[in-house]
Amino acid sequence: MKARSALLLGSLSAALIAFALTSPRVVAADKVDPAADAKAFQNFFFQKFPAVKHEDFVNGPYSMNEDMKRQWQEKEEFPPYEFALDAGKEMFATPFKNGKSYADCFPNGGIGIRQTYPYFDEKEGKVVTLELALNRCREANGEAPYSYVKDEMASLTAYMAFTSRGKPMDIRIPDDPRALAAYENGKRYFYTRRGQLNFSCASCHVQSPGERIRAEILAPALGILNAMPIYRSEWSGMGTISRRFVTCNSQTRAVPLEPQADEYRDVEYFVSYVANGLPISGPGARP
Amino acid sequence: MKQSLPLAMLLALLLTLGLAPAARAANEAEFKAAYSAAEAASKEAAGMRNQWTVTVSALAAAKKAADGGDFDRATAASKEAEALAKASIVQATSEKEAWKAMEIR
Ligand code: HEC
Repeated sequence: MKARSALLLGSLSAALIAFALTSPRVVAADKVDPAADAKAFQNFFFQKFPAVKHEDFVNGPYSMNEDMKRQWQEKEEFPPYEFALDAGKEMFATPFKNGKSYADCFPNGGIGIRQTYPYFDEKEGKVVTLELALNRCREANGEAPYSYVKDEMASLTAYMAFTSRGKPMDIRIPDDPRALAAYENGKRYFYTRRGQLNFSCASCHVQSPGERIRAEILAPALGILNAMPIYRSEWSGMGTISRRFVTCNSQTRAVPLEPQADEYRDVEYFVSYVANGLPISGPGARP
Repeated sequence: MKQSLPLAMLLALLLTLGLAPAARAANEAEFKAAYSAAEAASKEAAGMRNQWTVTVSALAAAKKAADGGDFDRATAASKEAEALAKASIVQATSEKEAWKAMEIR
């Protein structure tokens, strides 16, 4: 509680200072340059945490110090996400009523492809996340979609992430003005303050990673999606990317958007793109 | 102009902390006026995709108090909801440009 109000006050004064100091820069024309953004984003974290190996950023709060890293290694010996992984593998292999299966909806039968999601679909003109693609696959085959925030979706994405473990995040932005616009919209969403606490995603995951908020240690924004979905003791279960976004929004006292809203799809695109090159580590486990 | 945002936030915070001055006894008509002003502001905030959870709770509290005939409390909660909704609108408006100040470059 104390930590939280300190963070809040800090963020309010940071906002004041930011307004005072940076207004002129805001006026300057901005060109969208995702490659330059990703470089700056990664450098920021590499410089802020020089002791953290680059590939370790993908382990969320566990990347923040040696002690946490040891806890993570111990956890990985009897991973609490194992049941979800097994369930996901079985679900993935079980045919739909029409005889087709998930493998028919994805390149390479869905194996080892998680690092390419989300992608920009030039036909639809929008970002498609893995969770969305899974539900579209179900619906195209006459099955009801799963809830975006519950176990089935987390099990499926856990299995798909597992088949991609160690593969570098590989998000493409095609040469299409709509793709750039989606990327830029995701970036704006990431840095926009919201909720009564006046926090952006960056307030917590860029300005304060490694710090405690209530009982939790904040994960760094760099590679923050590479470990998804995650098992959390607090949830006593698995959580999807959708579930995490909704929870993070609520923490700032902002009313969350509906799962897979355009803003969430776009922010996932942005956060994944700037993590290009860092390995997939999902599914993850958290305290 | 931009400096007004954190101020608005602080005011909204103070209001929620219950530090706002107590109003004199209110009647049903006053409540209705306060409530519809709050509802309009909260709809505007939602339209900007920037509703705050505390606005929704204050509106619900206002409605509940009014249903129980406590128009004092209902009017106060409506005014609180309106202030919160307005602060969220100021926030969303200001952030249209201000987010860039946070960007890692
Ligand atoms: C009030 C601070 C706060 C804000 C603002 C916030 N988060 Fe979080 N976030 C947390 C906390 C606390 C956790 C759980 C501990 C951790 O893993 O960081 C978390 C966890 C996460 C995780 C899981 C990381 C992991 O490895 O376990 C993701 C992904 C995430 N947040 C994304 C976002 C996004 C995207 C936004 C903006 C929409 C956002 N967060 C805004 C506090 C915040």
